[in-house]
Amino acid sequence: MQLIACPWCGPREEVEFSYGGQAGVPYPADPAVLSDEQWAHYVFFRDNPKGRFAERWNHSAGCRRWFTAIRDTATYRFERVSRLDDPKPVT
Amino acid sequence: MSSPFRTASGGRIDRTTTIEFTFDGQTLPGHPGDTLASALLANGRHQVATSTKLGRPRGIAAAWAEDPGGLVQVEEPFPEPMLLATTLELHEGLVARGLPGQGRLADVPDSARYDAVHHHVDVLVVGAGPAGLAAALSAARSGARVALVDEQSEAGGSLLSGTDQLDGVAAPAWVAAAVAELSRHPEVLHLQRTTAFGSYDDGFVLALERRTDHLGAEAPKNVSRQRVWRIRARSIVIATGAHERPVVFTDNDRPGVMLAGAARTFLHRYGVLPGREAVVFTTNDSAYDAALDLSRAGVRVQAVVDARPAGSPQRREECERAGIRVLSGAVVTGTHGVERVTHALVAPFVDGEVGAGSAIACDLLLVSGGWNPAVHLFSQARGRLRYDETLGAFLPGEQVEGLSVAGSAAGVLDLAGCLADGRRVARAALSHLAIEPGADDRLPTAPEPAVPAAPLVLWRVPDTSGAHGGSQFVDLQRDATVADIARAVGAGLRSIEHIKRYTTIGTAHDQGKTSGVLTSGITAELLGIPVQDTGTTTFRPPYTPVAFAALAGRDRGSLFDPERTTALHEWHVAAGAVFEDVGQWKRPRYYPEPGEDMETAVLRECAAARTGVGILDGSTLGKIDVQGPDAAVLLDRLYTNLISSLKVGSVRYGVMCGVDGMVIDDGTVLRLAEDRFLVLTTTGGAARILDWMEEWVQTEWPELRVHCTSVTEQWVTFPVVGPRSRDVIGAVFPQVDVSTEAFPFMTWRDTTLDGVPVRLARISFSGELAFEVYVNPWYAVPVWQRLLEAGRPYGITPYGTETMHVLRAEKGYPIIGQDTDGTVTPHDLGMAWAVSKKKPDFVGKRSFARPANQDPLRKQLVGLLPVDRQTVLPEGSQIVEFRADGQLPPPPVPMLGHVTSSYRSAELARPFALALVKGGRERIGDTVHVPVHGILVPVEVTGPVLVDPEGARRDG
Ligand SMILES: [Zn+2]
Repeated sequence: MQLIACPWCGPREEVEFSYGGQAGVPYPADPAVLSDEQWAHYVFFRDNPKGRFAERWNHSAGCRRWFTAIRDTATYRFERVSRLDDPKPVT
Repeated sequence: MSSPFRTASGGRIDRTTTIEFTFDGQTLPGHPGDTLASALLANGRHQVATSTKLGRPRGIAAAWAEDPGGLVQVEEPFPEPMLLATTLELHEGLVARGLPGQGRLADVPDSARYDAVHHHVDVLVVGAGPAGLAAALSAARSGARVALVDEQSEAGGSLLSGTDQLDGVAAPAWVAAAVAELSRHPEVLHLQRTTAFGSYDDGFVLALERRTDHLGAEAPKNVSRQRVWRIRARSIVIATGAHERPVVFTDNDRPGVMLAGAARTFLHRYGVLPGREAVVFTTNDSAYDAALDLSRAGVRVQAVVDARPAGSPQRREECERAGIRVLSGAVVTGTHGVERVTHALVAPFVDGEVGAGSAIACDLLLVSGGWNPAVHLFSQARGRLRYDETLGAFLPGEQVEGLSVAGSAAGVLDLAGCLADGRRVARAALSHLAIEPGADDRLPTAPEPAVPAAPLVLWRVPDTSGAHGGSQFVDLQRDATVADIARAVGAGLRSIEHIKRYTTIGTAHDQGKTSGVLTSGITAELLGIPVQDTGTTTFRPPYTPVAFAALAGRDRGSLFDPERTTALHEWHVAAGAVFEDVGQWKRPRYYPEPGEDMETAVLRECAAARTGVGILDGSTLGKIDVQGPDAAVLLDRLYTNLISSLKVGSVRYGVMCGVDGMVIDDGTVLRLAEDRFLVLTTTGGAARILDWMEEWVQTEWPELRVHCTSVTEQWVTFPVVGPRSRDVIGAVFPQVDVSTEAFPFMTWRDTTLDGVPVRLARISFSGELAFEVYVNPWYAVPVWQRLLEAGRPYGITPYGTETMHVLRAEKGYPIIGQDTDGTVTPHDLGMAWAVSKKKPDFVGKRSFARPANQDPLRKQLVGLLPVDRQTVLPEGSQIVEFRADGQLPPPPVPMLGHVTSSYRSAELARPFALALVKGGRERIGDTVHVPVHGILVPVEVTGPVLVDPEGARRDG
């Protein structure tokens, strides 16, 4: 079982966390102006890279805060975590 | 009783105490310190069982967990299947029998306790042999927090199986001193009988401690039988030793054929002679120690058969001095005997060719094909292995962060080397953790290692029997042979993983500890490729079998998952409620009166709520307190309807959707103040909806000044339901004007009862006049009882979830998750009225405009009335339609939808159902069919509201 470093609490067991998919997919400012295709991309489409990926995680059984992690999907290694009010991390 | 094969002295057994055990019905003596295997051998028993497929006699072939053969079933003190005689510590009263491959689970409940402990250390050392002890001492001397775990009954590992001296004393005496030193370090945890069985990410290791197994019936009841240690280590030193590797030859499975090192263990550790006349077959120097030690102990060693052309000049000389014949450039090609080996067939072996041989009489045939480092834990943590051509073994091939391997597990095979390696690896780990080594971190003086002659890598002796490897056993437990591997390769298999599965080699209790590398070697030979290219199969936990009971630990029965009960639970139990599980909650399903089944009880409860008054414990409803200046903004964005226009003191029903526009929850919202709402969710949605709200607030709208808090446990909720509910509430709360004018539908009022704050809300989930009573759980029982008392003149009837479901279904109120499945929009539910047209946006709105959500053939919620007025349609039933000619279309018959809720209605005096049906609203009035037990039941499609469609009853 991995340790995941919550940016607020420090390293904790992975069972305390839940996964929230790709980071950096903001709710569109005005959904009404989007085409069906653009809206469908927001609702249904996510990247699925092998390697580094910016992800949303939630320390759901801890401080309950959402944070962003740069994780390698091939090795499972968390390379960096950041708070939502930190500058946007770059993969 | 005496044991004929017990030595006169020596060994680590307590000869002053004799214990009796029973094996296969025979009572035999043994001593404390014995394993079942050593005690059997002491009594001259090699055969333990017959093999699983072929029924061939099988015996004890090794001295510990690598033994492929000696499986037993324990009958007493507690029945347990599939244990190894070699790892089972002997105790008084043990009753066991040999197993032909398959055990039998206990048919009595296991009354023992199992538990788990979390532990955190700087350095975890696995294995208390020479390398592990040296590593643990070095780590302990630095003051670091250390754990040392070892699977055997006492520390020492291979030091207990030999005759070496350390610091001028016998090795076991040095071990005792080392253990004593460790015990003086306060930060050291030292556990014996503890198998590290799994190594995972980030220094996480699971270890099983067998705490009372060895005590048999004497085991104290207050001590857990086994304990799982969940160890998180900053650095791990794996010092798990090496397993001796056999050489495969024809009929190599007979009882009496044993690994050479195991014979040394039985002799030195247990004081047992595994035979009287031995032949030793080897490809390396290590087996000579067994030949010489056994000879010294009185065993007639008939010959050492060394496959190497020149053998080992130095060891040959030692043998000749001891009067042991050495045959170099020779191999064992086969054996004679049935229940015990009687002869070894020995033949010259030149350039891979076997010459003409002869039989040498023996009752013990020792074999050594070299040593396989026990790299399991390293490999489990995804450490890569490399093949070493000299050793014929796989070694740790790279550095894994936080994980290092020491001693013979890393391929170091001499004692002085193992000690030095253990200290070196521990110091490297300390240095990595920036921990200074301790003072006086010295190694014991060890014997100067002899320079061994180079070993020969020999996987198998060519089969001269004509059987083409058909009785050359690779995995004895699985009865899998060289012929089986050849068949797999012949069938075109190349991957070692496929060959494992085709032959089943390595899938038994021992997980291929002796057979795995042999299979890689023999496969490579058959394919004509390097062994490195064949590789090994993946090492997976557990290293040795672990009982499910141990893994479950205390998480059994009611502790498996939290059980949530309401403040009224005791009352429900006393009232004879039948409970159902709703998530983790225990909820009364119905309250049967004497002689009632569920159906009659529910009809009675429903009738009471529709004609008199009923009362429900609705405390499990999810409740979220939403506070802050932007609370209304948040709820406007999350609900499909407008919440911000709600007046303080009022209640509104609302629906929440995902971004895909599908309904995720529904419920009512009470506006408590301008900046404060109480959001009620479904029982099952409580945690999910709080998560949902927090996710949006944190990730999308951090600028909103709003906080969401679960208050589910802070309020109990009792709906008082039915035309007489006003009388009951009026009687209990005389200061509240309960008239429709003063207290209209969908409003709430705060009041008190004997000074206790109470909130009343006119919310109805049944269509009847109803009041929900909210109070602090501390006052749940007295308030409930006041309500019952006041309702007695009206026959107030407590009802459960089943009646609640019938009442709401009669009104067409969907249960999210039962009548919906994540593909249902508010419009599909006929709730377009709950979707705001004024709000520019809310979560899900944009998706309603997608073409798929506009399709008139979407499944819509409708009611179904079986035409026979009898059949209760099973929930989940499919709905089909006849063609115009009155016939069912040919298969595959198109499915129109399915039944989502179905009950018998007291009010309607007939069964009814809710269903999701394609284009359902257009079909109202049609007759469709539902197959029930092979009969097509005609049903009429109706609107979803079957009782009081005008809503005339809600004000009483
Ligand atoms: Zn946290």
